[in-house]
Amino acid sequence: MQRKHLFYFFFLAVSITFIARLFYIQVLKEEYKLSALNNALRVEKVYPGRGLIYDRNQKLLVGNQSAYDLMVIPAQVKEMDTLGFCRLLHLELDDFRKRLRKAKIYSWRKASIFVKQVSREDFAYIQEQLHNFPGFYPQKRILRDYMTIAGANVLGFIGETNERFIQANPTYELGDLIGKTGIEKSYEDILKGKIGVNYRLKDVHNRVMGPYEGGAFDTLPQPGLDIQSTIDIDLQHYGEMLMKGKRGSVVAIEPSTGEILALVSSPSYNPNLMVGRQRSLNYNRLYRDSINLPLFDRGLLAEYPPGSPFKVINALIGLQEGTLTPETRFTCHHGFHYGRLHVACHCGTGSPIALRKGISKSCNNYFCRVFKGIIEKYPSAQEGMDVWSNHVKSFNIGRYLNNDLPTGRKGLAPTADYYDNAFGYTGWKAVSTISLGIGQGELLLTPIQMANMTAAIANRGYYYTPHIVKAIGGKDIEDPNFTEPKYTTIDSIHFPIVIEGMFDVFENGTARGSRLESITMCGKTGTAENPHGQDHSIFVAFAPKDDPKIAISIIVENGYWGSRWAAPIASLMIERYINGEISREALEQRMLDGDLSDQYAQQLAEKYGESLADSIANATE
Amino acid sequence: MRQNSSVFVRLDWITVILYFSLAFLGWLNIYAAVYDEEHASLLDFSQRYGKQLLWIGTSVLIIIFIFIIDGELFQTLAIPIYIISMLSLLAVLFFGKEIAGARSWFVLGGFSIQPSEFAKFATALALASFLGSKERNLDLWGNKIMAFAIIFLPAILIIPQPDPGSGLVYLALVLVLYREGLSASYIVSGIGIAILFLLSLLVPLLYLQIALAAIAGIIIFLGRKVRYFWIRVIAFLAVALLLVNSVDYAFNNVLEDRHRNRLNILLGKAHDPKGIGYNTTQSMIAIGSGGWSGKGYLNGTQTKFDFVPEQSTDFIFCTVGEEWGFLGSSLLVLLFGLLFFRLVFIAERQKTKFARAYGYAVVSILFFHFSINIAMTIGLAPVIGIPLPFFSYGGSSLWGFTFLLFILLKLDAHRWHIL
Repeated sequence: MQRKHLFYFFFLAVSITFIARLFYIQVLKEEYKLSALNNALRVEKVYPGRGLIYDRNQKLLVGNQSAYDLMVIPAQVKEMDTLGFCRLLHLELDDFRKRLRKAKIYSWRKASIFVKQVSREDFAYIQEQLHNFPGFYPQKRILRDYMTIAGANVLGFIGETNERFIQANPTYELGDLIGKTGIEKSYEDILKGKIGVNYRLKDVHNRVMGPYEGGAFDTLPQPGLDIQSTIDIDLQHYGEMLMKGKRGSVVAIEPSTGEILALVSSPSYNPNLMVGRQRSLNYNRLYRDSINLPLFDRGLLAEYPPGSPFKVINALIGLQEGTLTPETRFTCHHGFHYGRLHVACHCGTGSPIALRKGISKSCNNYFCRVFKGIIEKYPSAQEGMDVWSNHVKSFNIGRYLNNDLPTGRKGLAPTADYYDNAFGYTGWKAVSTISLGIGQGELLLTPIQMANMTAAIANRGYYYTPHIVKAIGGKDIEDPNFTEPKYTTIDSIHFPIVIEGMFDVFENGTARGSRLESITMCGKTGTAENPHGQDHSIFVAFAPKDDPKIAISIIVENGYWGSRWAAPIASLMIERYINGEISREALEQRMLDGDLSDQYAQQLAEKYGESLADSIANATE
Repeated sequence: MRQNSSVFVRLDWITVILYFSLAFLGWLNIYAAVYDEEHASLLDFSQRYGKQLLWIGTSVLIIIFIFIIDGELFQTLAIPIYIISMLSLLAVLFFGKEIAGARSWFVLGGFSIQPSEFAKFATALALASFLGSKERNLDLWGNKIMAFAIIFLPAILIIPQPDPGSGLVYLALVLVLYREGLSASYIVSGIGIAILFLLSLLVPLLYLQIALAAIAGIIIFLGRKVRYFWIRVIAFLAVALLLVNSVDYAFNNVLEDRHRNRLNILLGKAHDPKGIGYNTTQSMIAIGSGGWSGKGYLNGTQTKFDFVPEQSTDFIFCTVGEEWGFLGSSLLVLLFGLLFFRLVFIAERQKTKFARAYGYAVVSILFFHFSINIAMTIGLAPVIGIPLPFFSYGGSSLWGFTFLLFILLKLDAHRWHIL
């Protein structure tokens, strides 16, 4: 064998080995192709503009604005003028170090947010300087832009998703912005639009090098649909002003549609606090305010005994059950007396009065008797109570509204079972639950339920489920839950007499101080006893009497009695909505100036002692 | 005029064409490896492809220079060139500039020169010159020691730079000695040592020792009729045991962690794709993702976006694999194979021992580079940083290989003068 043959052998052996190996890794194995894509492909989400929110008169309430998150990649941060950088961003040096440390702990190579939501105005200046600070770059974000300072609780706000949320909703990613409350939350699916996806090629340093396959697989973002709310922002704003310095709520509904015209919860906050760099600071401040509870939507969540306005419902039930006629008369001797039971009354009539006057004077005795009559129609109090309870429930009391608001409470319409349990025996009588007759006792309603109840009276027997959205993407809503009337168990024939009574409330009854010549208003004052302090001032009303345009419920916590705060506020709201202007300036001014802060401070003092109350008052100033 | 044209005719054009094809393909792939749209001009000399074009151009000058000077000179000057080269290797250890952890470069003005690239042809010349002297008999111990000394001196000088890859290249020159008469037992024992080396890394020491002893026992039993046969077997066994023990000791005590890790990964004993094995993993991903016919020129993502390290120098083959696929990379392997066969053919037709030995030195060095470089990119050899001849980016390397190859072509064209 010639010696050169060994060389030939080596050349062949090596070449064949290489070609075989190449065939194996290039043609046979698939994993390398996948790994290569994993290496070089980055999926980028392109966020669409969120749907806009308008009021019922097409006034823009919530728009979008772009802001920037300042991102940092710790690995690319070099020596730099740290102090200058801090000055640029208005950061403390300690804060700067803390943020950088946090970013480093998260990842050395991956970007994380360094400063959130810098507004576009601020950012223009920062961007000019940014080239001096390698490792920092801006990332565009779409934020909300509120065109109003009212309606924060209705509109809601958006916030970042958390771990728990994305586990339940895998289409979202950590940090995506979603609706957290209000319309933003309940209409999240409509407002959010469709996120676009860009496939980008990236290099080993995670820099984007260009589109993948010329962008053939990319999808465009689709903006969310616009929403027209049922809210009249002017009325809403007016309601918030009237409720300033008072705790409580105003709920106004259009009876003919169930559209919520105003949903005021007081105290509230400026929705603009939920946008921008101070957002988390502001949010925490609101969230931790356990005294004023600004994030607690009283209109939907607070449950109160309705007090006197509920007398109207008892009257209707009595009429329907036949235990009461418009002519039924009772004489009030300063209250309802039964054995050792006394329910005081200040109606001051003293002579036999019929239903209409019973309502306008809000006679306690009258309605205790009406209630007793209803219950005692049946062989047992249990049966009577269940009949009564079913009538009450037909006004959507004691159950959820099932509407398009993200939150709510059932309230309570007690049943026979309820009292069997509460009393611990079954032998109770109508008089045992007699306070239901005047809307006290175990009965609980949320303000929106009270407003809806009033709307049902205004409609003479039916209501539309109160809802907050009128149209989506320019098309009126078609959900039968909102567009079809729901009938109460009371025949319409029984309503006129009750409505006359409510009309008299303004004419010569408990709310005559709030009477207005130009509008025929019907209402009912209420003074709900409150075990924790001063009585709540309550009022329900609708107007005009024969063609109701607005039904409203007002609650002013610890506002003494109904005609003191709630009735004037209701009449001003109605005047503003129907006439568009206010004729009673003195009354308006008195309501705007009205401030119950002292009352609330006093309550706090009674509960926790003077010194603590003082320190809290000082801290919140 | 007549003589010039005769050189032109006698030039081995097949090799020249192969050389320029490889250099041109190399340049195309360097362009692809560092390509970005901002620097798309082919003649941008701030970019590697621009510079490589410059190196290719100057290589042509080197070729012309080689063909102008007298062919006799190479044998005459072989030893001085070797001595100068060795001095430069010595000098770079002290005066060189440290780049990427290795003191391998002289920096003169804006240029850097890597003396170890030029030591290859110097050593090849010196070895050929030594073997080419009359009556040089490699059976004599003195000659053997001298030949090995010529081969291993540059290796000893280069390894501490540190550049073990370039040092190892000189091992390939043992093949030249084999062609020139060294007993095949050196090659056999070389391969045997390599196998034992690998086994001692892969198999627990105790088992290996028992196995070796058992094999020795069987051989002694089979050859028991031959007188004193057992003594020789025992001697072999003793050498083998000494070897495996010292490899084991060296692996665990002499080698540094990084070398150990590289070997472990290659041997499949450790898996660490993000750490030490990153280079090999990324390189195989790049080549593997090329598929049958590749992603197309300039469409590679893995090399262009820096996932593969050293993508224009030692890992240039990744670009070929990714963008030209199995077809392109096999073709490249075949081109190199063709070159090697042609070079052996050229070496064999030389009339002098000097020219023949030089020819084998050239093919051995090129073949070693090719084998180790490609094997490393496809996961068959540990990551040893040596360039792919004519292909990888680098002026010193291209110039060095140009000298190496064209001196052979000059000798080949000149052989007609020797009667």
